[in-house]
Amino acid sequence: MLLVDVGKRRGDFDLRARFSAPTPGITALFGRSGCGKSTLISLIAGLLAPDSGRVMIGDDVLVDCDRHLYVDARHRRIGVVFQDSRLFPHLDVQANLSYGAKRVPRGTPELMRFDEVLALLGLEKLLGRRPHELSGGEKQRVALGRALLSQPRLLLLDEPLASLDMARREEVLPYLERLRDNFSLPIVYVSHQFDEVLRLATRVVLLDAGHVVAEGDIATVSRDPRLRAIVGPESVGAVVAGSVERVDSGGLATLRVGDAELTVEVDAQVGQRLQIQVLARDVIVAIEPPRGLSVRNVVPARVVSVTADSGRAVLVELDIGRTTTLLARITERASTELALGTDKQVWALIKAVSLRGHAFNVPSA
Amino acid sequence: MNGIEAEALWLSLSVAARSVVFNLPFAILIAWLLTRARFAGRTLFDAFVHLPLVLPPVVVGYLLLVLFGVRGPIGGWLYETFGIRLAFTSTGAALATAIMSFPLVVRAIRISLENVDRGLEDAARTLGAGPFDRFFSITLPLILPGVLAGAVTAFAAGLGEFGAVITFASNIPGETRTLPLALYTAIQSPDGDALAMRLALISLSLGLAGLLASEFLARSLRRRLGR
Repeated sequence: MLLVDVGKRRGDFDLRARFSAPTPGITALFGRSGCGKSTLISLIAGLLAPDSGRVMIGDDVLVDCDRHLYVDARHRRIGVVFQDSRLFPHLDVQANLSYGAKRVPRGTPELMRFDEVLALLGLEKLLGRRPHELSGGEKQRVALGRALLSQPRLLLLDEPLASLDMARREEVLPYLERLRDNFSLPIVYVSHQFDEVLRLATRVVLLDAGHVVAEGDIATVSRDPRLRAIVGPESVGAVVAGSVERVDSGGLATLRVGDAELTVEVDAQVGQRLQIQVLARDVIVAIEPPRGLSVRNVVPARVVSVTADSGRAVLVELDIGRTTTLLARITERASTELALGTDKQVWALIKAVSLRGHAFNVPSA
Repeated sequence: MNGIEAEALWLSLSVAARSVVFNLPFAILIAWLLTRARFAGRTLFDAFVHLPLVLPPVVVGYLLLVLFGVRGPIGGWLYETFGIRLAFTSTGAALATAIMSFPLVVRAIRISLENVDRGLEDAARTLGAGPFDRFFSITLPLILPGVLAGAVTAFAAGLGEFGAVITFASNIPGETRTLPLALYTAIQSPDGDALAMRLALISLSLGLAGLLASEFLARSLRRRLGR
């Protein structure tokens, strides 16, 4: 368990952040560019000293300003993957990978074996190459392997996909999922792209202007108004999770969410955990059960609240049972015409193809 | 090429080579201090390091004579303790040459150091490398093109150092009479025209070869680093 509670002043920017990242799984540090995410990573890695506060991994104190305690980055055993990969240009891939491995202190348990990491990240064919002969995605995989082979007890990923285009991201993302699902290594993942967070993380720390404004599991944070302010009204949507109950012959997966069943178009197997974002703009609200529609998901729900959103829209929170809610963004006029109000019984309509689902192989902690 | 040219050429090469050997470790250290360290009087120190570029070489030679002469504070101590004499020896000529070319080497190394991505050193730090380890495994290989360029330039310039050498080490045949000093001596003697011309041509070819070698070296190193 990583525990961070630090303050750092840099010019006009005041960072004051407190959060924790439990083991294992991915904790996402999410926020706009310039909100202090990278500074926070430097503070945790030990490349920057905080003005006040503490950083701890379990009972191990890495920084404690009150006790004037400071462990240098090289003794922290924290692996870092930077946005710009920072591979050593004068060394080939093999030498880059073993750079950290050679410097592991004696007696450290070897959790990451060389050939295992090669296989996990698909690096076997790259060993003899130099960094300038690699694609952006390959560079990030080598950087990831280099960090893993230094036998870290925590992995920090500082926007590892930000400098890659969409196609190149797919050269890295599946490997991150494998890493998450196969090792019990705690990972802190910095991003300003919510779709990456949705795909990888189960826990989100929301940063705004140097402060932690929300922290919790992704489902809870996805309903937080402060996230709305960051991602914008178009990208608002409740994140729900459930395990796949069946997959029909057409490849549609059905999972139980709250009291409802949702059908999603996604490649998944029975038993896998799916994390889905139901975008508020994709949810239609009906006051009668509809008939003769192509829509796959018709979910009975109860209105929790109707709040004003940007423009002429309102945001309706819908209870679908077992404390699970969805968000629907509809026009104010529609809301008035349907006389939506707290406790009104309605039906939420969601197209199966509009749902973006991501499979996780281990149930989240 | 007869005895005089061969002797002067060999002496020039030897003095220049030894001056580079004297130079490099200090130049790397000073360049590192000037780019990375923050200390009081840095600007003054920087100016001091660059002084040989603007001072008349004879001033450098004279100051060396004052400090390193057999009766000087450092030279006297060296002579009495170790029996080492620098003034009027080829080692002294190498020292004078080293000091004259020192700013050139520092400058070349400093430019490469400023171009080293500090993020790479940070990455090495998170991978468990200490300060010296980082310097020798990351920084030094990355500044190698600059170090070599500086060394080649210093070597080429050292072949021609005149003022500081003649002042501090004098013009002793076979000991300190390097190419430019031999050329100067030839011009002074009534029948030395042909010899002077031959020495001048040797200097010219040496300089050209040095500059070309430096360029090829830098190119191949850059290729190796993929830039």
